[in-house]
Amino acid sequence: MKRDLLLFVCFSLLIMVAPQLFEGGYLMNVLVFVGINTMLAIALNLLLGYAGQISLGHAGFFGLGAYLSGIMTTTYSMNPWVAMPVAALIVGALAGLIGFPILKLKGHYLAMATLGLGIIIFIVFNETVDLTGGPSGLSAIPNLKLAGLSFDSDVKNYYLIWAFTLAVMLFSINLANSRIGRALRAIHDSEVAAQVLGVNSRVLKVQIFALSAVISSLAGSLYAHTMTFVSPASFGFNFSIELLTMVVIGGLGSIYGSFLGAALLTLLPEFLRGANDYDIVIYGALLMVMVMYMPGGLVRGITSLFSKFVKKSGADHA
Amino acid sequence: MLEVSGITQIFGGVTALDSVSFSITKGDITGVIGPNGAGKTTLFNIITGIYRQTAGSVLLEGKDVTGFPPEKLARLAMVRTFQNIELFGEMTVLENVMVGMHTKSSSGLLACALKMPWSISEEQRIREGAMRWLEFTGIIDLADHVAGSLPFGKGRLLEIARALAVDPRIILMDEPAAGLNSQETLGLAELIKRIRNLDITVVLVEHDMELVMDICDRIIVLNLGSKLAEGTPREIQENPEVIAAYLGDDD
Repeated sequence: MKRDLLLFVCFSLLIMVAPQLFEGGYLMNVLVFVGINTMLAIALNLLLGYAGQISLGHAGFFGLGAYLSGIMTTTYSMNPWVAMPVAALIVGALAGLIGFPILKLKGHYLAMATLGLGIIIFIVFNETVDLTGGPSGLSAIPNLKLAGLSFDSDVKNYYLIWAFTLAVMLFSINLANSRIGRALRAIHDSEVAAQVLGVNSRVLKVQIFALSAVISSLAGSLYAHTMTFVSPASFGFNFSIELLTMVVIGGLGSIYGSFLGAALLTLLPEFLRGANDYDIVIYGALLMVMVMYMPGGLVRGITSLFSKFVKKSGADHA
Repeated sequence: MLEVSGITQIFGGVTALDSVSFSITKGDITGVIGPNGAGKTTLFNIITGIYRQTAGSVLLEGKDVTGFPPEKLARLAMVRTFQNIELFGEMTVLENVMVGMHTKSSSGLLACALKMPWSISEEQRIREGAMRWLEFTGIIDLADHVAGSLPFGKGRLLEIARALAVDPRIILMDEPAAGLNSQETLGLAELIKRIRNLDITVVLVEHDMELVMDICDRIIVLNLGSKLAEGTPREIQENPEVIAAYLGDDD
């Protein structure tokens, strides 16, 4: 418990001083995305890594948050600080409603159902032109403002997004280490045994699905208010798969793993930009190598490499 | 304590259980025996809410619990263990037992995530309670091991510790001695007697006759989906029908 808190404090300090280390306008913008993607990866990880329930439609919840916030603050001139929680509540309620029937499905069938859900949401963004602006998107979404300070620069947005991301991280770490987190992991390992011990798996799965959607929606709202523009292309099926990749590469059931996965998959394309057309090949090859040699994810892979190294150097001394 | 009447289960065209009735007395250790395919595990799955039977009813402490899901039965203090132990393999031994305390705690999702003061003190209580059950079953020294890495015999003890953490008034064990060596079986017999001394009613399906005859107060014999006999171990051992159908005529 104490160690968890210490790790979190160190991590937060690192995040806070990071802008001083990289004083480049462009990289700051990428780091904002790392924050948003970390939130999304954690949201999906709570569902997939803890409860063991897959979703291939999380880009949809992300998009719903972004569009609901966007529409409420532009068309209906609502205050963004009000629009964000309202959007999150709507998305959470919707996920809860859909969750009850579809979470009865298991494995591939659940994957198919959530895939369908994501695609339907994507089509709605494209087709309800009056509401969403259709394929050309929704623009002039206002920035968030706090006591006269407008979050309109990359550095300001960095601190805004990461304040939320760190809060989501702490929230999720606490949850994972609680009776609810244990019940979720129990469902993952043996649903029937969890039920026999009194865990209401049906309700708990819906709860975590809704929570996951709420966090995704929050990330979507923050995305909309920092980018000030949203279009359907950001919320397609590809992005759901990218989120899944972040969670798996980082490590299922590891909150810091979700950060590593999100950071890697967000930064890698930027670093590979110099490789011209080969970037996608290198990117794919790197992912393959990581999955082959670190099948448990980055966090477990690095930890076991480290402990091997410690053992080896210990043996050398002896 | 537990009253089962007219339980019938038909899978496709096969009658797995045909109108089985019996009642279990509070505080007894009751054994359910019978040759393979007699329907013992099916019966357990029906009583504990995992299967829904074709016909028949189950009364738990006088309350009709027919068709209740397992999580509801756990709240009514009925719990079970499985023939092929169902551990949470990725979690530690202690965490496994802590899941058993689920119904004995109530902090919701938000209270846990926001670390409300009552959820912190509850977490402490869960941990202490779980440790007590690990001590009771004699595996406290394994508390921090990953459950999936335990040898089978220890895994069996963990599953029992986890079930006890639910604080049951009745526990159903599906072949608790399967896969145990003779030393471990002796330990199990002693453990089951200690569980009964906690005022917990025990029902077990078991193939190990020596164990059944040693610890059971009453025995129910199933054969081909029907109840063949019921009585004390001595009565069962002397029952000619049981000998013919199950123990075999060895002379």
